[in-house]
This record gives sequence, C-alpha cells and structure tokens, in this order.
Amino acid sequence: MLLPVKVGYMALTLVLALLFNLLPWRDVTGLPDMAALVLTFWCVHQPRRMGIGIAWCVGLVMDAGNGALLGQHAFAYAFLAFAAVSLHRRILWFPLWRQAAHVLVLLLACQLLMLAVRMVAGGAFPGPAYFAGSLIGAALWPSATFLLLLPQRRSGGVDENRPI
Amino acid sequence: MDYQPPPFFSRGPAPLVRLGFFVCLAVLLMVLDARFRYAESLRQVVALLAYPLQRAALAPVELLGAAAGFFATQVSLKQENEQLKAKQLLAANELLTVDALRAENAQLRRLLDARERLPRHSTLAEILYQGRDPFSRKVIIDKGRQQGIQLGQAVIDDVGVVGQVTRVYPLLSEITLITDKEQRTPVQVMRNGLRAVIYGGGDKGTLDLSYTAANADVLADDVLVTSGIDGTYPAGLPVAKVSRIERDAAYSFAKITCIPIAGTDQNRQVLVLSQEANLPAPVEAESATGKLPKQKRARKRE
Repeated sequence: MLLPVKVGYMALTLVLALLFNLLPWRDVTGLPDMAALVLTFWCVHQPRRMGIGIAWCVGLVMDAGNGALLGQHAFAYAFLAFAAVSLHRRILWFPLWRQAAHVLVLLLACQLLMLAVRMVAGGAFPGPAYFAGSLIGAALWPSATFLLLLPQRRSGGVDENRPI
Repeated sequence: MDYQPPPFFSRGPAPLVRLGFFVCLAVLLMVLDARFRYAESLRQVVALLAYPLQRAALAPVELLGAAAGFFATQVSLKQENEQLKAKQLLAANELLTVDALRAENAQLRRLLDARERLPRHSTLAEILYQGRDPFSRKVIIDKGRQQGIQLGQAVIDDVGVVGQVTRVYPLLSEITLITDKEQRTPVQVMRNGLRAVIYGGGDKGTLDLSYTAANADVLADDVLVTSGIDGTYPAGLPVAKVSRIERDAAYSFAKITCIPIAGTDQNRQVLVLSQEANLPAPVEAESATGKLPKQKRARKRE
C-alpha cells in the first residue's frame, strides 16, 4: 500500500524536471524531455491532482524559457496530459516495461505534435535524432517510477522497535 | 426524456471540454506569437518567472568553470601572458596605423560632404546558453534591457557577424544566429561589390546565397561582407565565405552555399553593437524636407 501523495512533493519534482530542461545544453540533440515524463507520471498516478491545466502552464514556462514559439509546448503538453489521464486505468494494469511502451507512444505523439506545429510555422526539420529523446524518456520510465514513488513507500505509523 | 440523477462528486468540466479549451488557448497564443507578435508582454512575464529557474540551472555550470579556472597551472598562465604580450605589441603597431587611417578617412568624408558615421557604442555580452528549441538557432546572452540592449541590434564576435538581437527581456536577450532559417543578412561580395541577401541554412549550420542570377560573378572562396544598406549592420563586416556553387541550366538562379566566418557555435563572448543614430530619413520625410528649400527661396523672393 502507498501513502497518500504530498502536493508539495509533486510540485518539487515538476520544478526539478523544468530545471533539467533549462540546463545549458549546447547542441545536444536527443535529450529526454523530463518535464513531459514527470507530467505523464503524475497524470497516470494522480489523475485527480494533476491535469490538463497544470500541464498547459508547465508548457508555457518551457516555451518562454527556451525561446520557442509561445504555446508550442503548452499545446503538446495539454494533449499529453489528456491522453495520460484517459489511459491511466489501463496503463497501471501492466508491468513497468509495458507501461514504458505506452509512455513511448505518448511522448512520441507529443513530439510529433510539436514538430507539426513548427513545420507549419516555418521551422527547419531538426533531423531524426530529435526523436531519440522520446526513446530515452520511455527507457527512464521504470527508474522514474521507482524514484517518484519513494516518499509514498515509507511506513505510516512510527514504531520505536522497528529499524526502518 | 429520461432524467439522470445529479453526480455525487463534482469534478468540474469533462476532460474533453478542458482539452478543447486549453488547445484553443494554445493555438490562439501561437498565432498571436508567430504572425502578429502580440504575445510579447505575456512572454516577458513568463520569462521573468522562469528567470530564477534558468539562473539556478546555470549555477553548477558556472561553478565548474570557476573551479577549472582556479586550478589552472602557473605555467600555462605564464605562457599565455607571454603570448598576450607579443600579441599586444603587434596590435599596438596596427592600432597606430588604424588611427592614422581613421583620421584620413574622416578627412576624406568631410571633403566629400558624406554623412559622418558615429562611432558605434558596443556592449560586451556573454552567451549563457543555446536555446533548447531544435527548430531554430538562437542563443541567450546575459545582457538585457537594463543594460541598454535594444531590439534589432547587430551582434558580432572578433572575426565577423554572429547574428541579431530578436527579443529583449529585462535581464537577458535572445540572439538569432545568421544560420537560422528565418534570418536574412544583406551582404556584398568583397571582390566586386555585388549585392545580395544571404539566407540561413537552418540545421546544417551553413548559409545560402539565394536569388542570385546563374551568371552572377561569384566564385568559390569569395568573402561576403555586410553591405550596410539596411542600417542595422555596419558596412564591411565579414559574414561568410562561399564554399560551393552549383549552376544548373534548368534554373535561373545559382545555388550558392556559404560557411559563416564568425564562430557562430563556438564563442562565449560577443559584442552587441548599438543602432546607428543618423539613419537617412524615410522617403516621406525626405519629400517633406525637399519642400523646405523651396519655401526658403519663396521667402527670399518676398
């Protein structure tokens, strides 16, 4: 059994993911989009607390921080959150690696949406390495699940006689 | 008509409705940003919110750089010192000739009654990071509106043009590199003065000299410099070197690929040049000033 999640912890993980995305990466293609991964995680595990509105706001911060077209990430993240919330009952039935396959499809769809938006707005095609980010992000899903669920795995009642 | 009982738990609008609302909002923002540039004030506010995050993300990188600088060996410092001294000697020699040339140039310009160009004020800025947006080629520098950076200023490094300021935030600004797909720079072939406009090549890091006639006098290894016609870039700054020319009889334009001379992807320090103050007035204003002498003449006749 898991403990109830703390809203502050959810916010902290989102801020850390944004921090990762805003690190000064110089010409590194195929970086995983951590904000998208953490958003997907909380949409799947806590669909009541995380939703389309928060995903949209996180996307807006990504847009302004990276100098991208304003609304591009917001658009894609809103779709991502919608898909993750609608699929959350189904995804959680599977073992972790098959969950990762679901997440791969979600992240790829998110990137395809952004690609389509930028192509319409007249951007240059960044090359196939752009999609490697989704593959790496999906591969990180099991470890992300382990890390993000750690605080909820602690025992609830404090027992003086028990070591942990 | 069948009536449904009211839901036990109110959870707001349905997810599909919410999705529709936010997607409409995002599309509206994108259109406003891409086509009309109305969303700049909102971008400024969100960017200010993201600024602490960006600074926090940069802190470990800067700390690493500082640590590396601290542990630089004395030998390397000594060598660098000697090299710099030698360079300074050479540069001093050149500087003297430059002063003489500048004086001579000023004299000639006065003789020609040419418009004297003001010495441009420049600001040294450091590139903080490259935008993570893989669709465009932009960098963020550490000087903003509070340091006097303005929209449209030219950015150079020690050898040539790097790009142009395209967005100004209070503490940061965004530079679009000349290799961005949406960036154009007016240039001139240094050898024969042929004017053209150079286009960014996007992801490849090259430049294209588009819409140049197939029989135009452009050769490989020609150096292209800014023509100064736009009033943004000062004339004569090196921009690119022609690397490959393909002339196909089926097309009326030659396909000319160039390589940027400035280190658009390597340098950390760049110079932001201020706008030229004494631009010629637009055509309407000129016609208005053209009327002035006539009036004066009329008064003289009176």
